[in-house]
This record gives sequence, structure tokens and C-alpha cells, in this order.
Amino acid sequence: MASDTAVEKHEDNITQAEHVREGRSYKANVDIIEKDSELLLVADMPGTEAPDVDIHYENGQLSIHAKVDQRQDESDTRYLLHEYGVGDFYRSFHIGEGIDASRIEANMKNGVLTLHLPKAQEVMPRRITVKTD
Amino acid sequence: MLPSRIYPTHGTFNQLRREINRLMENVGDYPQAFFGGRSFPALNLWEEGDDLCVEAEVPGLGMDQIDVHIAANELTIKGERQPMEGENLSYHRQERGTGTFSRSITLPLEVDPDRVRASLKSGVLTITLPKGAEARTRKISVQTE
Repeated sequence: MASDTAVEKHEDNITQAEHVREGRSYKANVDIIEKDSELLLVADMPGTEAPDVDIHYENGQLSIHAKVDQRQDESDTRYLLHEYGVGDFYRSFHIGEGIDASRIEANMKNGVLTLHLPKAQEVMPRRITVKTD
Repeated sequence: MLPSRIYPTHGTFNQLRREINRLMENVGDYPQAFFGGRSFPALNLWEEGDDLCVEAEVPGLGMDQIDVHIAANELTIKGERQPMEGENLSYHRQERGTGTFSRSITLPLEVDPDRVRASLKSGVLTITLPKGAEARTRKISVQTE
């Protein structure tokens, strides 16, 4: 299952630079799926649209930050049931060198962000034909 | 000593098992499907004037994949999230649940089922339930004798 393009999952939530915005920040749930030609990173970020998301890739570190506005005035709302909080989403990953950073694409639908991380040409699986001498 | 005529279903162990089954079903509300190990979706419920509001985060779901029902004072939210399709998929990490889910809750106050509205945007489901006539606040004027 692991290959040279495996995404290492270093998440420095503690040592990250602090965000300036106040309010809570949540870890988005993420699926990381490897396909033949690309790695897919799918993150659940309900309540966000494309303009709210900031994706940053530098030195092999991919970070995703989504700004989420409070939908309710928390101090003024009488909750009868309060099972989840609303806040920014944040996640960061260390991506190995097997990714072609210039071709990373992202799209957003129904609060789910899908990041396409194409594998660099060198690491694409190649079929090797055996020649007879 | 005579052989025991007590049936296995009455034994202590089975009683314990039945108790635990019951516990698992009624964790605060009616039978819930477990979606990735947790009940889904998580709900926020609050009052806003003459309305009761319910909000749930259901990322990835469109209107066709969600069903909202109200019957008497019970609200049910159910749906299904499909796993990703494709061949040669290898999951390095899977934190997002897939499958069917169904969650029912008994509302804490009476609502008018004919005027319930629901909307879905960016994976957030918002249900507005106008309070029933009895549950609405009425101002009572104080008269001087």
C-alpha cells in the first residue's frame, strides 16, 4: 500500500503559527486516497465555500485553512442541544517529493474540499515491456 | 438436586445482554445508525423567538441524499453518503464516514409540522420548526383591580 509518494502525516497542530482570528479552530476530517496518477485529499468542511478556503503549499508542507463565520451569535443563543461547535477548519500535511506541486487542483462541493495532487512523472507506475534478445 | 428448569433467556447473562442492547439503542434519543462509530449527524438545537431551529452538519450531501421527516414531535434525519468510486483506490487515511445514517429525536416542544422548513447549503442542513400554538409565548397583560 505504501509507495514512494506516500503522504507523510505530520501534523504540527501544536507548533503551528497561531491564527490571528479569534474563535475556535477545528481539525477537518480528511481522507487520503492514492490513485494511479494522483493522490486525493478529501476534507469535510461544512459551511464553507471556495472563497473561504486558503490552501498553501510550501517546502513540501501542505496546509489548508477554511474561514467559517459563526452562524449563530453564540453568546445570545439558547441551545437546547449543542453537540458541535462552529469554527475555522485547519489541517496540514507533509507531502513527499512525489507530487507535482504545479499541477495541484482543488474543488469544493457541498462543504467538501477535494484536492488533486498529481504524482510527479518520475514516480508514475510504468509498465515495462520485456524484450527478447 | 433436580435439574434446573430455568430457560436460558432468563439467565443473568442474557438479562445483562438485553440491558446493554437497550442502552445502546436509546442514547438520549431513538435508535440511531452509527456512521463511522458515532451517531450522525451531530445536532444543534435552539429556540429563536417563535421557532425551534435544528442544524446539522452533513458535508458532501446534496438534497437528493437527505431525507427529513416529522411525525408528531419526532424529527428524523436520514440519508446516505456514498464512498468514493473508482478502481485501484488505496486509502492512506480514512476519517470521513460513509454509509447510511438515520437519527431521530423527540423535540422538546410542540411544533407545527405543516410549516416546517428545511434548507441545505454547503453541507449544513438547517431546519426551522415553528412552535405550535401551545408552545408559543403569550404576553399576559396585567390588569389593575
